[in-house]
Amino acid sequence: MLIPIFVMMMTAFKTRAEVVSVPPKVFFEPSLEGFVFLLTERAVVPPNRIEEFERAAAEGNLTMFEQVAFDSGQEITGPSDYIRRLMNSVIIAGLSTLISVVLGFFAAYAFSRFTIPGENDILFFILSTRMLPAVVVTIPLFLMYRQLGLHDTHIGMILLYTVFNLSFSVWLLKGFIDEIPREYEEAALVDGYTRMQTVFKIVLPQAMTGIAATTVFCLIFAWNEYAFALMLTSNTARTAPPSIATMLGRGGIEWSAIAAGSLGFLIPVVIVVFLLRDYLVRGVTFGAVRK
Amino acid sequence: MSVAQTQTGTPQVQQERRRRGLSDRAIISLFIWPTLILLIAWNVFPLFYSLFLSFTDYSAISRQAPTWVGVQNYIDILSSDRLWGYFSTTGRYTVVAVGFETILGFTLAMLIKEKFRGSGLITTLILIPMMLSPVVVGLFWKLMYNPTFGYFNYLLGFTDPTRAPDMLAGRFANQPVPDLALWSVVLVDIWMWTPFLMLLSLSGLKAIPEYLYEAAVIDRASSWFQFWRITLPQVMPLLLIGVLFRTIDALKSFDLVMGMTSGGPGDQTELIAVNLYRQAFLGQFRTGDASALAYIILIIIISVSNLLIRAINQGNTEG
Repeated sequence: MLIPIFVMMMTAFKTRAEVVSVPPKVFFEPSLEGFVFLLTERAVVPPNRIEEFERAAAEGNLTMFEQVAFDSGQEITGPSDYIRRLMNSVIIAGLSTLISVVLGFFAAYAFSRFTIPGENDILFFILSTRMLPAVVVTIPLFLMYRQLGLHDTHIGMILLYTVFNLSFSVWLLKGFIDEIPREYEEAALVDGYTRMQTVFKIVLPQAMTGIAATTVFCLIFAWNEYAFALMLTSNTARTAPPSIATMLGRGGIEWSAIAAGSLGFLIPVVIVVFLLRDYLVRGVTFGAVRK
Repeated sequence: MSVAQTQTGTPQVQQERRRRGLSDRAIISLFIWPTLILLIAWNVFPLFYSLFLSFTDYSAISRQAPTWVGVQNYIDILSSDRLWGYFSTTGRYTVVAVGFETILGFTLAMLIKEKFRGSGLITTLILIPMMLSPVVVGLFWKLMYNPTFGYFNYLLGFTDPTRAPDMLAGRFANQPVPDLALWSVVLVDIWMWTPFLMLLSLSGLKAIPEYLYEAAVIDRASSWFQFWRITLPQVMPLLLIGVLFRTIDALKSFDLVMGMTSGGPGDQTELIAVNLYRQAFLGQFRTGDASALAYIILIIIISVSNLLIRAINQGNTEG
């Protein structure tokens, strides 16, 4: 299952020629070319300056980045947008996940525990917000965002992804909260807890597995979303997925740069999932009495 | 089902409820309205605007206002054999992909449900395919599938590119194989989304109380019986929510296919959402037709989800 991931890691450390070698190479000398190409903007070294570079290289005056770029006949003109895009992704995906899980938890609790008039219809409405293909929603959303001044803003993207994930978060968390026996809360209420106290002290700890799973999914959806990001951001709030895809354009496919970019893009989510892993595999604790 | 459950409870509890009746109502509002307000604010305009556009002849790039054409767009779509073909491709894609993902995901979850050394790490690793952006996944599998320098054929032992399958071109040793391209995309979908159903199944499995199995062991129930009567029904509600969301997303899946084949070769992998994208953004920017097509897709998704929700609710009342 992980073979494609290994291939991606290997590709990130290959040079352009090695990526397309036949048959594919498994053993090779790692190169940082992909990462250098990912993190910098470059231009072809003008012929009149080649000597200057060669001299600097011979004297060891080139930084590692400059050396790698020069080996492929290019000079570095500045840093690329990659780190900024990645930070945008962190802010937008992180905050939207937080909001959708918090709102989703409360809504799911209410749907699970109380009798709400038209409950099934409301739940279906919540689900239906995810059904229209993104391609079609983007045109009205684009118009709406331009009118509201939300186009290409962080807040606009955070709210959009929150809304996008809410349906999932409500449904999934309701599934988990339904599984927690009511007897606990009822006992706590009899003991004089307020409703809010039971929510935070009884239900929240028991729902941690569900909350962790929901967080992981919401984060992944928001982190990877491509279509909305492409349409509704241009520069300030642009996230990483559209920018990785645009790397295709520059002079043939730079596989190693794309692989390096994807790898860098993967690491933050892997860290979050790894931090939450105990909750994911823990299951419901303290020997709950269940129906 | 929740109606019946809420009304049960000891008289004491019911008394308690009455005393707090008002505050419960306040809590319901407080808990539900923020979510609903956000959803309504973000969905009503796009929904109605695209519904309006679906009855018009409109192009997003032209400077002309939409002109009303009534149901003409819908008639065009429903009478087009080509589009029905795309719907059927999408159907096959969804059924096969979601089917395999469910079975594989559940099986994987069964395999790693016992806590062992490194189970957290294994879980994290299994989830990695899902953490990648579909665009990136599409690109990488394109590289994997490449008949000359990709690893896929290489690992399968096809070292001679002329005799090997060219998965995305739908050819094997230069002979066209029908649907090969479609199934190679489905394979990637399965690879990517099996972890999703695995994690949901795993959470469900983890939530099954041990005493159910203990009781079954005392009754000398076979492990087969335990599986069918305890494990499966207990996991079912969560698993079905996973299937529901995967089905909705698979029916409108687009970025993976776009990245790998753009619908080709010919129209072998032209899923309905891919076609929708073409109509909406490429060439003519036929926004009106695209909106109508989107509404037809919406209606199909609503019907399919309704069937699944019925299954979920049934599972809940039985459970």
